[in-house]
Amino acid sequence: MHNSELEPMPPNAVLRPGHTFASVTDKIGSLVLVRPYELKWFIGFGIGFSLLMTLLFSAARLFYYGVGIWGIDVPVMWGFAIVNFVWWIGIGHAGTLISAILLLLKQEWRTSINRFAEAMTLFAVACAGMFPLLHLGRPWLFFWLLPYPNTMGLWPQWRSPLIWDVFAVSTYATVSLLFWYVGLIPDLATLRDRARNKWAKMGYGVFALGWRGSAMHWHRYRTVYMLLAGLATPLVVSVHSVVALDFAASLMPGWHTTVFPPYFVAGAIFSGFAMVATLAIPLRAWYGLKDFITDKHLENMCKVMLATGLVVAYGYMMEAFMAWMGNNPNEKFVLLENRPFGPYAHTWRLMMLCNVIAPQVFWFKWARTNVYFIWFMSIVVNIGMWLERYVIVITSLHRDFLPSSWSMYHGTVWDYATYYGTIGLFTTLLFLFIRFLPVISIAEMRELVHETGHKHGRPETSPGSAS
Amino acid sequence: MTHHETEAETVYGIMAEFEHEEDVLEAAEAAYARGYRAMDAFSPHPVEGLAEAIGFHKNRVALVVLLGGLTGGLSGFFMQWYTAAVEYPFDVGGRPYFSWPAFIPITFEMTVLFAAISGVVGLILLNGLPRPYHPAFNAANFATASTDGFFLCIQSDDPMFEAEAVQAFLTEFEPKSLSVVPL
Repeated sequence: MHNSELEPMPPNAVLRPGHTFASVTDKIGSLVLVRPYELKWFIGFGIGFSLLMTLLFSAARLFYYGVGIWGIDVPVMWGFAIVNFVWWIGIGHAGTLISAILLLLKQEWRTSINRFAEAMTLFAVACAGMFPLLHLGRPWLFFWLLPYPNTMGLWPQWRSPLIWDVFAVSTYATVSLLFWYVGLIPDLATLRDRARNKWAKMGYGVFALGWRGSAMHWHRYRTVYMLLAGLATPLVVSVHSVVALDFAASLMPGWHTTVFPPYFVAGAIFSGFAMVATLAIPLRAWYGLKDFITDKHLENMCKVMLATGLVVAYGYMMEAFMAWMGNNPNEKFVLLENRPFGPYAHTWRLMMLCNVIAPQVFWFKWARTNVYFIWFMSIVVNIGMWLERYVIVITSLHRDFLPSSWSMYHGTVWDYATYYGTIGLFTTLLFLFIRFLPVISIAEMRELVHETGHKHGRPETSPGSAS
Repeated sequence: MTHHETEAETVYGIMAEFEHEEDVLEAAEAAYARGYRAMDAFSPHPVEGLAEAIGFHKNRVALVVLLGGLTGGLSGFFMQWYTAAVEYPFDVGGRPYFSWPAFIPITFEMTVLFAAISGVVGLILLNGLPRPYHPAFNAANFATASTDGFFLCIQSDDPMFEAEAVQAFLTEFEPKSLSVVPL
């Protein structure tokens, strides 16, 4: 990598001009091959791993004592577990949006963020998947959810969105893994060819499957990659729609609304982009990736957050409007009285502040270009979206149809330990990923070098720019 | 660089290395025009038109994905119909056993699942992978094929293959390097 050949960064570039095939390969590949373990990495991994141990401990305790250690009780039987499940799975959706939908729309700025966004999806889905299993009460019987011939002669209830969810989430996890792995194959081959350490060479070699960059292989590869993107696009919409139907197909006031599926999908992308920004900003600073993850990327992420945030705001408004115009006294009570003025009003108000009011600053250019501010806002949105799920799950359940069973719900220390524990699982996996796999798709970056070069001259001297 | 003594039976092919993708594309097109058919090109990232230049126009993975998707969708729908309406009909408030609209979400998920799995398995198997060893890896500088090198290999199983003629032909395109790849 010869920094002297690089040109200054133009304001709208998605890749710093002056990069060549070799320099992008070198720079990204060296992050895993030649960079030694660093203190920063150990600190990050250490924090994640400690929290992961918290998850193991609280899960072990849960298996021993049962779900009684959580705060759930009649009538709020869906507590943190469902809140966290929906929150995590929503975060995952931005990864698929970036890797699949933006690929089909030929948005070349996606190239440098798709790999770690996909990794984020996988790890978020892994965290999400913990909760439905843990909250089963008898998690070792989770296979009862699957159709298999059994001595009871029973089959799953196909008309239940909860069973749709089993299929949707497991399909989503599988397809995300495949998509991610297919994207990794050429990069694994690059690492195999560049690794000097024998074990690294063998490790990457095994997973590269002997990829040699044959033109015929690339031909099939491109077809499959585009088809996977085409398959993942409706899939991601279906997953959060089905999650929304878990709520909407019930008769619970505050859940039983038709706006749920689209507004859940938008909310998922909203929170997912916030998480991408939360991760991308420190990542590019610590690993010197500002040539690849440019200010243009961050600005675009802010625009997506603003747009999806507005859809979420529309969802909130429509819920309230339908309750107001409708003729259901329970719904009116839940949406127009209990949520804004009831015992959980502070949660609802904080949610409105984080999800509806705060993102409006992204109308202004200064807000979309100040890195520190974007990072702060991404945390605000992450919190806001967690609160949204809390409001949906808890406030609807705690005032159900039978006033005699009304009560209050609060997460216990084990609820929080499990939740923070999954953040640990996520962080641990993320740091392992950063250490062992290229965080940016090297092969696609070379294509980007080629494309930006062709538009503006030779690759070596081209000013790359966003289209 | 030249190995006049090599026999066609011990040689995989002649590999030429190029610095730019335009050069490998030009050489590949010329080789096809010259009549060579058994050849392959290697690049660190997909090069537009390179597969077509060596005479590879259509791949069948899209068909594999379609068949996989149909299999998944049909079997998913069949599973739900059979278990809910035939094997164990269960009366829920007098609703129909064959309530097909409720079966659509799982049918869709199964379609996507099977299509994706068959696409990836099809990609790997049609590409003849996993194959950790391949003669092409013996070519000079071939490790750069995954960084910034572009390669064209005319294989010895081509009926027109003749080592000296191929080398002379490839030299016309001023390759960065030219090597005889042992089998």
